[in-house]
Amino acid sequence: MVSGLVLSGLTVGYRAEGALRRGRAAPVLSGVDAAAGRGELTVLLGPNGAGKSTLLRTLAGLQPALGGSVTLDDADLLALRAPDRARRVGVVLTDRPDPGLLTGRDVVELGRLPHTGAGGVLGPADDAAVDTAIDAVRAGPLAGRPLARLSDGERQRMMVARALAQQPSLLLLDEPSAFLDVAARVALLGLLRRLAREQDLCVLLSTHDLELALRLADRAWLLDGAGGIVTGTPDELAACGAIGAAFDTDELVFDPGSGTFLLRAGAGA
Amino acid sequence: MTGAAPGRPVTGATPSPVPVPDRSAQRSGGRAAVALVVLGAAALLLFALTVSTGSVVIGPARTLSALFGVGSPDPRLDLLVTDLRVPRAVTAALAGAALGTAGLLTQTLFRNPLAEPYVLGVSAGAGLGVALITTLGAAAGAAAFATGGLGAAPVPGGRLGMVGAAAIGAALVLGLVLLLSRFARSATALLLIGVMLGSAITAVVSLLLVWTDPDTAQQYLMWGLGSVSGVARSELPVLGVIVAGGLLAVLLLGKPLDGLLLGDDYARTAGVDVARVRLGVLVVAAVLAGTVTAFCGPIGFLGIAVPHLARMAVGTSRHRVLIPATALTGAVVGLACAIVAHPPGVGTVVPLNVVTSLVGAPVVIAVLLRSRRLGGGAW
Repeated sequence: MVSGLVLSGLTVGYRAEGALRRGRAAPVLSGVDAAAGRGELTVLLGPNGAGKSTLLRTLAGLQPALGGSVTLDDADLLALRAPDRARRVGVVLTDRPDPGLLTGRDVVELGRLPHTGAGGVLGPADDAAVDTAIDAVRAGPLAGRPLARLSDGERQRMMVARALAQQPSLLLLDEPSAFLDVAARVALLGLLRRLAREQDLCVLLSTHDLELALRLADRAWLLDGAGGIVTGTPDELAACGAIGAAFDTDELVFDPGSGTFLLRAGAGA
Repeated sequence: MTGAAPGRPVTGATPSPVPVPDRSAQRSGGRAAVALVVLGAAALLLFALTVSTGSVVIGPARTLSALFGVGSPDPRLDLLVTDLRVPRAVTAALAGAALGTAGLLTQTLFRNPLAEPYVLGVSAGAGLGVALITTLGAAAGAAAFATGGLGAAPVPGGRLGMVGAAAIGAALVLGLVLLLSRFARSATALLLIGVMLGSAITAVVSLLLVWTDPDTAQQYLMWGLGSVSGVARSELPVLGVIVAGGLLAVLLLGKPLDGLLLGDDYARTAGVDVARVRLGVLVVAAVLAGTVTAFCGPIGFLGIAVPHLARMAVGTSRHRVLIPATALTGAVVGLACAIVAHPPGVGTVVPLNVVTSLVGAPVVIAVLLRSRRLGGGAW
C-alpha cells in the first residue's frame, strides 16, 4: 500500500487539436517520476513555462495525460470518472471567477456537488462537511458575506474551503498565492501546511514564492525548465545545487545556507 | 479539528481567536422564500387583471361565471373571456416564464450578463422560416387564409403553417449551433458563433423581404412585432406542454448549472460533465425560446431582463432558488406587458415588442442603476 500521490513515467503536454484534424502530441514534460505523501505539503517549483500548470491541470483531470500513470492511494487517478475523481481530488485554480451573487458559504457548498444526488440537495452530512471546511480555513465570519466583497486573501481561503468540502485526499493548488500580498501569502501557506497535517491530506501546490515555499514545504518538486524534474526535501534540493541551477541568473545566486537569493558579487555595479 | 496546530509564527496571521460562527447568518433562505411567495401572488393578481382588462373591462364576477358557468350566462362576454382573454393571459405568462428561464440558462452557460436565448440564433432561424413561408405563399399565390391576428394575406397552412415554419427554422439553426458547438473550444466562441449565424440568417431574411411584394413584407413585419393574442385556445395545450416540459428540464439542470457558476474548469474539478451540460442547456434554451417565438413572434427584452430582475428579487445566484424565481418573474413581466399592450377601455393594441422595449427597458435600467450590487460583479 503506497499512500499519497505517485507519478510514474507521466508525460504531460498538449495535443494540437483543431476542428478538422487531430494533431501530434506536444509534450511539455516527459517521463516524470515523483511522489507526494499524505500529511505533507509538497511544493511544485520552476521557472515560468516549465510546465507547472500543465502538470497540475493533468493531475486535476482538466487535460488528458499523454502517457505514464498516476496513482493516488493505489487508485489509478487517470482512469477515474470525473465524479469519482472529484471525491478524491480538490482543486484551487489561479483564475478568479466572477462569483455573481454567491456568498462565501454558497461557494463552499459547491464543493459538495460530487457528493449530492441529482437534485443537488444538501443533507445533514453535507452541511457538516461544509461547516468543517469553513472552520478549517477559519472563515466562519466571512461565510455569510458575498464572495465579491471579500479581499483576495479571504476569497482564496473560501476557494480552499470549497476544495476541502469535497473531502478529498489530494489537494491541488495552482499558484494559490499569485494575487496575495505578503501577509496573506504567509497565512495561506501556513494554513495549507496545517491542513495537510491535521486532515492527513496530500497537498501539492505550485508557487513562485521560492523562499517561503522552501521554508514551509515538506517536499519539493523542482522543474528545471528543460523538461527535467528533481524531487526531494527542500534542504536536499538546496544542498545539491538543483535550485541554483534552475533559478540562478547573472545577478542573483541561490545561497543554500540561508535559503535566500543573494546578489552576485560585482553584479549591477 | 485536532489541536496539533504547529506553533509557527505564520499561523498567527490567520484571524484568532476563532469566533463561534453563526451558521444561520451564513444562509439566506428566508428572503428567497418571501420573494417567491410575493412573486407567485403577483403572478396570480396580474393573471386576473389580464383577463379582466382590455378593450372591454370585465369584472371578476363576470369572469368567474364565464369560466365556471355559475350565474347568468352572457354569451358574448363569456366567449371573450374563454376564447380570447384567458388564452392571452396564459400565453403571456408562459411566454414570459419560458423566455426568462431560457435567458437564465444562456447567461449562466456563457457567464455573460448580456446573453439571451436569441443569441443562439433561434429567433433568426424562426424568422427565416416565417419569411420563407410568407414569401413562398405570396409567390405561389396560395389561397389559404391566415386565421390568427396576423392579417388576411395568404400563407400556406395558415397560422399553424407559420408556427410550424418558425419552429422548423429555429430547430434547424439549433442543430447547426449544436453541430458547431462540438468544435467550439469555449463558451465564448460558441456565443460568437451564435451571433454570427444570427446575423447571416437575418441577412438572408432581408434579401427575401426585399425581393417580395410589400404586402408580404408587411406580414413578416407584423409577426416580428410579437403578440401574445394570436394563440388560439386549441393551440394552448401544445404551447403549455412544451413550456412545462422545458421548465421541468431546467429544474433538472439546476445542480450542474450551479457548478458552472465558478467557470468551466472549476465545474470539471467538481465532477460536472461540462460538454454534456452545455448540450442540454443549449437544447432546452432553444426549445423554450424557439417555441415561444414560433407562437408569439420574437419577443425582445424578456430573455435578457427577467433573469436580472429575478436575481435582484431573491439575492442569490443559486439555481435551485433562481430557476423558480425566474419563471415566476417571467410570468409577472409577461402578464404586465400584455396588460399594457391591451390598454383598458381602448380599442387599439400596442405591439408587444414596443411595450417590452419602451416600457421595460427603462424600468430595468432604473432598477440596475439603483442596485448597489452592480459594483460587485453581480449578475
